[in-house]
Amino acid sequence: MRLSPDEIIFWQYGFITLNATIVFTWGLMLLLAVGSKLITRNLSTGLERSRWQNLLEIVVTAIEKQIEEVGLRHPGKYLGFLGTLFLFVAAASLCTVIPGYEPPTGSLSTTAALALCVLVAVPFFGIKDQGLGNYLKSYVEPTVIMLPFNIISEISRTLALAVRLFGNMMSGAMIIGILLTITPFIFPIVMTALGLLTGMVQAYIFSILAAVYIAAATRNREPEPEPPTAT
Amino acid sequence: MLIDWFTVGAQALNFVVLVWLMKRFLYKPILHAIDAREKRIATELADADAKKAEAQRERDEFQKKNEAFDLQRAQLLSQATNAAKAERTRLLDEAKQAADALGAKRQETLKSDAHNLNQAISRRTQLEVFAIARKALMDLATTSLEGRMSEVFIHRLREMDGPAKSGFFEALGTAPEPALVRSAFDLPAEQRAAIQKALNETFSAEIRIRFETVPDIVSGIELAANGQKVAWSIADYLASLEKGVGELLDKQARPEPQPKAKSEPQHKAKPEPQIKVKAKPQAKSKARPKRKGQ
Repeated sequence: MRLSPDEIIFWQYGFITLNATIVFTWGLMLLLAVGSKLITRNLSTGLERSRWQNLLEIVVTAIEKQIEEVGLRHPGKYLGFLGTLFLFVAAASLCTVIPGYEPPTGSLSTTAALALCVLVAVPFFGIKDQGLGNYLKSYVEPTVIMLPFNIISEISRTLALAVRLFGNMMSGAMIIGILLTITPFIFPIVMTALGLLTGMVQAYIFSILAAVYIAAATRNREPEPEPPTAT
Repeated sequence: MLIDWFTVGAQALNFVVLVWLMKRFLYKPILHAIDAREKRIATELADADAKKAEAQRERDEFQKKNEAFDLQRAQLLSQATNAAKAERTRLLDEAKQAADALGAKRQETLKSDAHNLNQAISRRTQLEVFAIARKALMDLATTSLEGRMSEVFIHRLREMDGPAKSGFFEALGTAPEPALVRSAFDLPAEQRAAIQKALNETFSAEIRIRFETVPDIVSGIELAANGQKVAWSIADYLASLEKGVGELLDKQARPEPQPKAKSEPQHKAKPEPQIKVKAKPQAKSKARPKRKGQ
């Protein structure tokens, strides 16, 4: 029994391997990019607009609003990163309804990559917003004694992000696989539906946590919201 | 091994590429479209506000104009009403004046008619009285009225005495022309002779006289010499009658009770025939038009 789509290898040359994770990621990237391109090709600036444009506008404005609610003052700056994070994870989960599809987020490599991206993005946005000195100072606050704890916190939360997403996605796929062997009819469908919900929740949690970390790093001199409890 | 580090790097790269792709194809166009729409809506709202303000301004302006128009209309109406009243008053005055003028004219015509009627009545009365008297005299004395009149005249002449007689005689003497005997009818030769004789006897002198016929005297005879006059005529009676009739007509025109005026004609209707000797200038005594006898 395989736990990760990384194990499905289509092509290998030395350490370069073209596994299912990368291929399905490309597929998702193609789907998202082409779909966006197709829909935004004929955007209307008037009062009349297409259903697809409406859908995309709702999605984008909802993401923007969520980012703003987390406490980031200028959501436009973070929309590219956080929005893409959410859309990628959500698309990866939603596509599980396609037979033969393996969600790339079910691979710890993918989730680790995403967590690393967050790990890099947090200091990136923090330094960009308040300068290198101020950002580094935040590690020794309130006292210098807190420095190792802060560093540990950074690493552990990145790890937690990666493992949480991987565990949820992988478990969903595993449960469906196991149920298919035990009760091939009906019940796997219910679990697939449940998996869709879980995937959406995970996409939301992942991107919201990233937003919270970034917000904490940027310190907009606003009361910082409590990070939602992770499941 | 759950983590393939090559896959991790590839996925990280993939994610960065996906971020760029999403920015390029999704967020920018969508946000741009939303911004453009919001801008457009804001523009339209501002435009609508401007139009509303403009409409409000125009409405105010129209209201002001309407008020001014109402005021002007009221003024014009008031002016027209006043003008109409003035015109009405003027027309009424004119009509009143015209009516007054017409009434005055009518009154005048009435007066004139009354006067004419009066004259006609008096003339007719004279003629009637004359005819009646003539008939009565003829019936009674079997002599003509003229003859009787001459007799009366002669009788009066003979009865003249006192200052009247002396005054007249003086006038006869001083007159450059012969004394004038005027009568309403041609006196027959014997009557002329009788008058001549009576004069001669009365004044004891040869009196030169000439005769003239004047119809206006109305059945009478008068002797005039140098402003002095001796006369007997029905005209006196007639004058009295004329006055009575005239007062009667006046009374009919003005139907006011005049008890005093009523008794007057009766009183004055019976003047005694008398010989009047009046000292008048010759010119004044000829008030009536007369025709000189041949």
